[in-house]
Amino acid sequence: MRAWGRELLASVLVNSIYEMKNYPVVLLNTVLSPLSFLIVITFVSKGQLIGEAIEGGFIMSMFQSGMSLQGDLSHLKNDFKLQDMVVSSPTTPSAYVTGMALAEVIYSIPALAVLTVLAAIYIHPGVVQSLELLGVFLLMFLGSVAMGFTLSTFSSDIVQSFAFSRLISTVFSTLPPVYYPITYIPLPFRYAAYLSPTTYAGEIAQNSTGLIQLSTTDIFSAWTILIAVSLALLLIAVKKARWRDI
Amino acid sequence: MSMETLLCDSLTKVYSDSKGRKAVDSVSFEVPSHGIFSLIGMNGAGKTTLVRILATQLAPTAGRATIDGLDVIVDAKKIRERIACIPQEARTIPWMTPKQTVLSYLLWRGVSYNEAGRNASEALAKVGLEAQENILNRRLSGGTKRKVLVATVLSSDADIIFLDEPTTGLDPISRQELWTSLTRLAEHRFLILTTHYLEEAERLANVIGILHLGKVVGFGTLDQLRSTLRYQYSLMVTSEAELPVVKEGLVTRARTGQTQLLTDESEAHEISRSLLEKGVKFSMSRVSLEDIFFHLVHATGQEDSE
Repeated sequence: MRAWGRELLASVLVNSIYEMKNYPVVLLNTVLSPLSFLIVITFVSKGQLIGEAIEGGFIMSMFQSGMSLQGDLSHLKNDFKLQDMVVSSPTTPSAYVTGMALAEVIYSIPALAVLTVLAAIYIHPGVVQSLELLGVFLLMFLGSVAMGFTLSTFSSDIVQSFAFSRLISTVFSTLPPVYYPITYIPLPFRYAAYLSPTTYAGEIAQNSTGLIQLSTTDIFSAWTILIAVSLALLLIAVKKARWRDI
Repeated sequence: MSMETLLCDSLTKVYSDSKGRKAVDSVSFEVPSHGIFSLIGMNGAGKTTLVRILATQLAPTAGRATIDGLDVIVDAKKIRERIACIPQEARTIPWMTPKQTVLSYLLWRGVSYNEAGRNASEALAKVGLEAQENILNRRLSGGTKRKVLVATVLSSDADIIFLDEPTTGLDPISRQELWTSLTRLAEHRFLILTTHYLEEAERLANVIGILHLGKVVGFGTLDQLRSTLRYQYSLMVTSEAELPVVKEGLVTRARTGQTQLLTDESEAHEISRSLLEKGVKFSMSRVSLEDIFFHLVHATGQEDSE
């Protein structure tokens, strides 16, 4: 167990702490990306949608953390051959991947800290609401980590990998209604929005803090779909996981 | 079968996207698991595929391989406790320092943080990088970056080390320095080294395997490989016209553009005396690994085309 912890620490150090320490400018990117949408939505709505935008910022941060894992795993494996070095060592795949995923969350800490302060000022969630939000964000993170990991096993080219990562981030965390209520989307397009799990995450978060009102059935459905999608993505990731190439 | 050996038995690898072409084709050999074992071959000969199978990174299609009696598939966990690998084209991560590179590698091997820090500094000092241990990798020269990678495996307790073309792209001085580090590393550990620099294998290896199109076409010590050739001595002159009448031997055009005479020892001495008397400039040596390599690869090529 102690060795597992050390292996995990190595992944965290390599994929986040050392980069944050040696290239502090990268932190700006992780803060700016979710906050820029928050600022735009808040200004355009004249402050009316600040609650939705803050929750959207959380969802985008968590989703992007998982998607960044895809680019980073591919980058470390294909460009630096790091994964081959690690495979030929006593490291367990679970410690390697968990550490890499944890590193992505650590990367998001500055953004999450800013969002938490904003949430405390503008949303004032209670304990139950905070736990509900935490559950949604955690599911979002697990699902996107699983998706990122699965996609990283397909790509051996870093340009393709980062392009893919950006595309999926945009499709799932920027276009769907996570920064604003789904009712702002014209009806025919609303059905398309429901194809994205982030839409359900946004709805649960907005309902939890009283920004929108959903029926019990709708809330139950949203939770069910979100949990089912996350589990399905995790199962696919476990099935696709290959420590030794074939 | 001795336990302290690296053994390959009909090892074969066919990649799913290779249209049936065998990257490694029924490779069989046994080599003592100490000193330096070098695999040489042209690009695409199968060296990296073979190393990746042995280093438990890639599954073979058929056959088996063992290291000191441990099967690379069945006993992968035990083997991974004992091996370390610098893959072909491995690079240091630019946003890390040499010390952070070695330290994190040791953490992955389960070493405690404090011990990893101490061992990292020691290993970097052994390859002469104590002054650069806290400089970002991206600021280091190509040769220094390679030394950082060597320090990572040097710092570990692994007693079997795979180095896939570790000196590719290095300048002659950096290469010499790295050879010194590798020679020191091989004093107590088993090194499996792939290279397409024949001089490197000739200089460092105890045993050499020659791969061509996925097959082993030559295997043994340098002397054993020499013995596969009919002639053991090589004489180089500027042009064939300078040579006296050759009773025994083979005149060829060397890759340097010079005329090369391959012959036996007595004929080599006789001709060299004659060349000295005539004042012709020449060089004489035992056949090199390069001569052996080209002979074996050429012979295999001819067999394949027949």
